[in-house]
Amino acid sequence: MYKYVVKRLLMMIPTLIGAAVLVFLLLRAIPGDVCEVRLAGTGLYADPAEIELCQKSLGLDKPLILGLDTQFTDFVGGYFTFDLGESMWTGKPITYEIGLRFKLSLQMAIMATVVAVAIAIPLGIISAVKQDTWIDYAVRAFSIAGIAIPSFWLGIMIILGLLIFTQAWLGEPWMPPIDYVSPLEDPWRNLSQLIWPAVATGYRYSAVATRMTRSAMLEVLREDYVRTARAKGLMEKVIINHHALKNALLPVVTIIAIEFAFLIGGLVVTEQVFNLNGLGKLFVESVGNQDFALTQQLVMLVVLVFVFTNLVVDVFYAWLDPRIRYS
Amino acid sequence: MRRFGPKLATAVLVGCALALGIAGQASADMPQRGGILNFVVGSKIPSYDLHKETTFGVIHPISPFYSLLIRVNPDNPQSATDFVCDVCEGSVPAPTNGGKTYTFKIRKDIKFHDGTPLSSADVKATFDKIIFPPEGVPSARKAFFKMVKSVEAPDDSTVVFNLDFPSGAFIPALATPFNIIMSKAKLDQDIGWYAKNVMGSGPFVFVEHQPGSFVSGKRYDNYHHKGQPYLDGYKAIAAPKMAVRLQAIRGDRAAIEFRGFPPKARDDLVNALGDKITVQESDWNCVLLSTPNQQRKPFDDARVRQALTLGVDRWGGSKYLSQIAIVKTVGGVVYPNHPLAATKDELTKLKGYGTDLEASRAEAKKLLAEAGQSGLSFELHNRGVDQPYKVVGTWLIDQWAKAGMKVKQRVQPTPPFYATLRKKKDFDVSIDFNCQSVINPIADVTKFLGSAGNNYGQYEDAELEKIYDKLLRSGDEAEQRALMRQYETRAISDQAHIGVTLWWYKINPHRSYVKGWKIAPSHYLNQQLDNIWLDKSLM
Repeated sequence: MYKYVVKRLLMMIPTLIGAAVLVFLLLRAIPGDVCEVRLAGTGLYADPAEIELCQKSLGLDKPLILGLDTQFTDFVGGYFTFDLGESMWTGKPITYEIGLRFKLSLQMAIMATVVAVAIAIPLGIISAVKQDTWIDYAVRAFSIAGIAIPSFWLGIMIILGLLIFTQAWLGEPWMPPIDYVSPLEDPWRNLSQLIWPAVATGYRYSAVATRMTRSAMLEVLREDYVRTARAKGLMEKVIINHHALKNALLPVVTIIAIEFAFLIGGLVVTEQVFNLNGLGKLFVESVGNQDFALTQQLVMLVVLVFVFTNLVVDVFYAWLDPRIRYS
Repeated sequence: MRRFGPKLATAVLVGCALALGIAGQASADMPQRGGILNFVVGSKIPSYDLHKETTFGVIHPISPFYSLLIRVNPDNPQSATDFVCDVCEGSVPAPTNGGKTYTFKIRKDIKFHDGTPLSSADVKATFDKIIFPPEGVPSARKAFFKMVKSVEAPDDSTVVFNLDFPSGAFIPALATPFNIIMSKAKLDQDIGWYAKNVMGSGPFVFVEHQPGSFVSGKRYDNYHHKGQPYLDGYKAIAAPKMAVRLQAIRGDRAAIEFRGFPPKARDDLVNALGDKITVQESDWNCVLLSTPNQQRKPFDDARVRQALTLGVDRWGGSKYLSQIAIVKTVGGVVYPNHPLAATKDELTKLKGYGTDLEASRAEAKKLLAEAGQSGLSFELHNRGVDQPYKVVGTWLIDQWAKAGMKVKQRVQPTPPFYATLRKKKDFDVSIDFNCQSVINPIADVTKFLGSAGNNYGQYEDAELEKIYDKLLRSGDEAEQRALMRQYETRAISDQAHIGVTLWWYKINPHRSYVKGWKIAPSHYLNQQLDNIWLDKSLM
């Protein structure tokens, strides 16, 4: 097991190098740069000499790859000196920019996962156990709707619904706060801001997991050992919870883990709709600003999260299914 | 004996009611102290150094921490010529020495937020940084001060600007809200200090900036305009999406957004909240232009360019587009409400501004035929921003189609849009824009000069440059006006180097409890927030 984990960790290195090269080249293929956006983007007069000065100060006048002092060596060199550099837009350290948003994104990912699991596992089980009954059909319709409805649209509807109904009932429209407060500082305000996007995202997320739970449960419930358990006279609750569910969870865990990794940096539109200052919004802003330095590190962070999550899932499999052994 | 009792009683009651009403009204209009103003900002903060930045994303959250030498009168921001002293004493001084010297007396009672006194040395250091920055130090508006020879501080409370030549563009340039007064001590310590730190002498003291989320400030008790600011503080909340900003006002998470909303958003808010919303509207010192690339045939031919402007129905466009987009006013090269702007009679003499639309379109077709370009087909390059770029772009295409032209639209996000406009220059006709802060027509119209750094038409016009040079050096308003008409006629009619579409229109719906703020003709102006107060009876 230990050797397996070390081997997987070492395998991350070529993956990360490949991703670094790819993201570096792709970003440079986009026309324009951060100085154009910063100095001329608002329509005010921008002196070309000022734009040139800005480009020089950010190292954008350096060659891309060929040579010792290039934009690529600046980017990769940062990993060896543990200095990810500064945002080209704000001039602040990238570790600070990412760190600030990471806690919100992590909290959102955890909350959305909790919502999704709380919906998906019970509904998936019920749907499988009550196969081809009206309950099964209702759950399937509910989960298909979750897949079909984009979470950003659901988010917009939630906000509009809150505004309209609170105005009708309370006289004053209410909407969730639009500025982030840490849960340690004001847990209620934090919850009143994040619960809505967590529900919007968690619902879509749960839809996939519900369907996966249902199909995995159906498969397991037809296994011989479940039939044996029933023949022994075990209670249905015990059969489902102790014998079927644990085995059925393997593919569900994979789905949940991949979705969780996606939520860390992928909540681009939902974060915009709810004005959440997370990594997804930062991603959009950094791409829009042509802030290559920040975008590169954000992509690398997402790659790292995916690779690491995959490793954790693989290790988790062994706990779920003792027959799985790594060598 | 006549009885006056009931009538007298009624008269007394009515009189009392009127008196109370007037008094009530007066007290309702009296600024109240206290409260936190929450507002939303649709742009981002690149750095805190306003001298090098150009976005309102810095002006709105950061400028309340600073003072200016002079500023647009916050109680009369609609005026293009009403400037008042901020850190200077009395009124804005008239020039001496044949219009080449301006002497400002600096107030002695001003302190920076760190407790150090503000003197003329700080003002000089500030303007030296803006006008004569050391090598490698960026200054976005250095070009506004081409007329300035030197800045001197002969004593602690006097600053003298020496100009090379008299210029009507100097005072408006000085009032630009980006020219915040910085501390000489901090600049001496590190000239880049203000990019990462905030410390001014404005109405509010910096509290916190959570990047991407908000900036907050609290009242500066030693502010030099006594009694102000009225607010305890403010919170500028970053909200890049317009829908979020709109809903934030509706849900009272924010009281105001200072940039502006389209008409539909205004109507939605008013319909939802009625008199809890107050709407302020104004012409906007911002205009969309259509710029033909004169290095590409057939746009090197003035007849083709004239056909482009003749094909556009500006008066009709104003009527209909103003219902769906943030554009409205028909104008020439100068901000429509300025004394130097063309009157409607003057405008209608320019090509493309006539009221007989059929005649204009017939002339456009005739000119195209003469140039051998009947049924001209080209591509309009546009910026991927809805308001008002894509709306106006789509309208232009329809207008040109009615004059017999076939036009396709190529829309690009902002960075590649600029790359095309500035570097690659691979466009036929592009949407371009001219947005300024303080209305300063003599400086603003440089956009139409082929030699200007922000002109992308790729043409040279020595005659136009000559007219502009005379305009720049003219101190007489009547002469400036006559020269401006010559300049305008050549730039957008005779040579039709650039087509002016419609001037923007600023709409600011806000919560009615926000008082004291008056809309300015630019979203960069009147943002120090020192005269804003909150009417608690309406909250």
